[in-house]
Amino acid sequence: MSATATIPNETYDYGVVYRFAIMTVVWGIVGMLYGVIIAAQLVWPELNVHEYLNFGRLRPLHTNTVIFAFGGCALFAASYYVVQRTCHVPLFMPKLAEFTFWGWQLVIVLATITLPLGITTSKEYAELEWPIDLLIAVVWVAYAVVFFGTIAKRRTSHIYVANWFFGAFILTVAILHIVNSAAVPVSLTKSYSAYAGVQDAMVQWWYGHNAVGFFLTAGFLGMMYYFIPKQAERPVYSYRLSVVHFWALIFTYMWAGPHHLHYTALPDWTQSLGMVFSLILLAPSWGGMINGIMTLSGAWHKLRDDPILKFMVTSLSFYGMSTFEGPMMAIKTVNSLSHYTDWTIGHVHSGALGWVAFISIGAIYYMIPRLVGKERMYSTRLMEIHFWMATLAIVLYIAAMWISGVMQGLMWRAVNADGTLTYSFIESVKASYPFWFIRFLGGALYLSGMFLMAYNVWMTVRKSRTVAAPIPQPVVAAA
Amino acid sequence: MTAAESYLPAGWAWYIAIVTVASLAYCLWVLISNNTRKLPGEEVKLHGTNVWDGLREYDNPLPRWWRNLFYITVFFASAYLILYPGIGVSTGILGWSSSGLHKAEVEATEKRVAPMFENYAKQDVAALAADEGATKIGASLFQAYCIQCHGSDMRGAKGFPNLVDADWQWTGTPEGILETILGGRNAAMPAFNEQLNKDQIADVVNYVIQLSGRQVDVASAARGEATFKTVCAACHGPEGKGMQALGAPNLTDSTWLYGGSAAAITETLVKGRAGVMPAFKDFLGEPRVKLLAAYVYAQSREAERTASTQ
Repeated sequence: MSATATIPNETYDYGVVYRFAIMTVVWGIVGMLYGVIIAAQLVWPELNVHEYLNFGRLRPLHTNTVIFAFGGCALFAASYYVVQRTCHVPLFMPKLAEFTFWGWQLVIVLATITLPLGITTSKEYAELEWPIDLLIAVVWVAYAVVFFGTIAKRRTSHIYVANWFFGAFILTVAILHIVNSAAVPVSLTKSYSAYAGVQDAMVQWWYGHNAVGFFLTAGFLGMMYYFIPKQAERPVYSYRLSVVHFWALIFTYMWAGPHHLHYTALPDWTQSLGMVFSLILLAPSWGGMINGIMTLSGAWHKLRDDPILKFMVTSLSFYGMSTFEGPMMAIKTVNSLSHYTDWTIGHVHSGALGWVAFISIGAIYYMIPRLVGKERMYSTRLMEIHFWMATLAIVLYIAAMWISGVMQGLMWRAVNADGTLTYSFIESVKASYPFWFIRFLGGALYLSGMFLMAYNVWMTVRKSRTVAAPIPQPVVAAA
Repeated sequence: MTAAESYLPAGWAWYIAIVTVASLAYCLWVLISNNTRKLPGEEVKLHGTNVWDGLREYDNPLPRWWRNLFYITVFFASAYLILYPGIGVSTGILGWSSSGLHKAEVEATEKRVAPMFENYAKQDVAALAADEGATKIGASLFQAYCIQCHGSDMRGAKGFPNLVDADWQWTGTPEGILETILGGRNAAMPAFNEQLNKDQIADVVNYVIQLSGRQVDVASAARGEATFKTVCAACHGPEGKGMQALGAPNLTDSTWLYGGSAAAITETLVKGRAGVMPAFKDFLGEPRVKLLAAYVYAQSREAERTASTQ
């Protein structure tokens, strides 16, 4: 077994990975800045200064930018990096990979222009109008060709577990996007959904919850399965667990959408199915958390002075927490309290800030120095400070939302002896202000951490280029 | 439940039922088929011979507590689907439905509070307005059903009347307010863009502004007065004092439902206005509407008293 043997005349394609990694940081800052602005607009409504910049226009821009720009770039960067390295081949069709980079940036720029102008389909997380939807579809198919083409020409006999998750994410997001975005255009900037009434609502939330399941979960689990064992320098805890939780997860997520429509015009049987399969989803979700955390057993001491590993392990804790909270909130009786309140916002952000962003930040800190041929990030201390700032920020954010959410739910359902409502809606708004202020502080703190990250990344990469990394010969271990 | 009630053609109901049961079975199969055990003292091996970029996987069995958690959720799901609607168009053993739950809750509450409301319904609005218990319920009802247009402070918004300014577009008597809420009101200001030309409209606007005591182009207002007396006076009266029976506002005061600027009054004349107060008789029932009317009346009297003492 020779550790140094490399494949002649071939190197990894790091250029596209590097560009996506840098844009992850840029869009992270931009998207979270929108978030801080709209959080401030809730506390100080006079900040809604112009129709283009009011809460209703900026909120979808915030969600689109953090999910598809920040999260999307992180997934592109990580999947392109991981698929090459675990297949021991360069990317399939590197020019097409380059196209996915510029195409994806164009999608984000178009979103940034159209959403403030009020051009929207009004479908949550699928607000972009049909010409942009078509561009997304083209870029996504190109992404699939590059990714699966790379898998097809791999030099290893089996496919590494991280790539199962990336593959499921790419395939399913294509289906979700195309089905949910089906629409009849009436002009360049306006279209009507192909579905009507409660079917439209159901298709929307089938898409919406699977966007969480496949974009924000499966893709990032792919990240987790490479970067955690790499950073911990340990084998993954259990192959069998990865098989079972992979197939259970991607199968069960498909059913969970109706829990977004509890106690609506959706038929009772559909609501029941959404609820019970959301509950079944608990174990498959936790399978990923267990496999990640147990990978560290025997290497716990590394957590003490490795901020990258801290980010990754904490991301799994938040993943475990929000995938416990999710099934609980899908139970109809719990949902009747939590639905439409800040609790949902808190739940989403414990997943988004805690899980998705933390594992991405860890992966970016891992990749950046390697992409430009450096030993490590410019400053370990800054990463350490970033970690503690971000952790404190999440705690502030989600604790505030939990309290205001439960409070709103209780106020809305409080009934006097005479059968009338105890509180008017505006009273619940008034009572929420202190918590909205704490949420604003949490968001601002998280954003500040991202600026530290940007500085640290800049100091690491300046005056250097992406390296032409040699491809090691794959080795086969003794049985 | 029939197939139509479940939004499903009959064939699809069977299809869904079969897929649902097969899916639960799939979850169990994935678990059972991967049930391995580590013997005591046995060392954990690495799985297979593949090495990916230096990475490998251990062959640890599924954690037992995790596997049991998975089983529990699948069994819970199966039991739930037997008891509640969920397998195709089956209504479940319990015969539960969300519409049934709603109906039962409404009926139970109604049964409890109906005698109290009946009691209130026997009194007239003016008497209820002096009853603190009655106005308290009226306030709760107002905060639930009226603030969307009239505001939580009752001071209205553009197009929605202020209820505490002692100025009534329709009548402000106790019985009048009751009638407004029970039956709703439709205020129809016609559009005059065809009947009057641009200059005539400008003249009328000037006259209307003059009516409320502001300085305007006197010659234009004089021309406008002639038009006003022949066209507008039919509803707003020869002196512009309005007519409550038609909901035609008094134009000589400082209250403007749609704005009192020249631009706003011009828009009103050109496009017309259609003010609608919905009817609440069928939605809330007469006893609750009576309490609402009493609350609105009491609040408007209170506002009047405060205004007169200042």
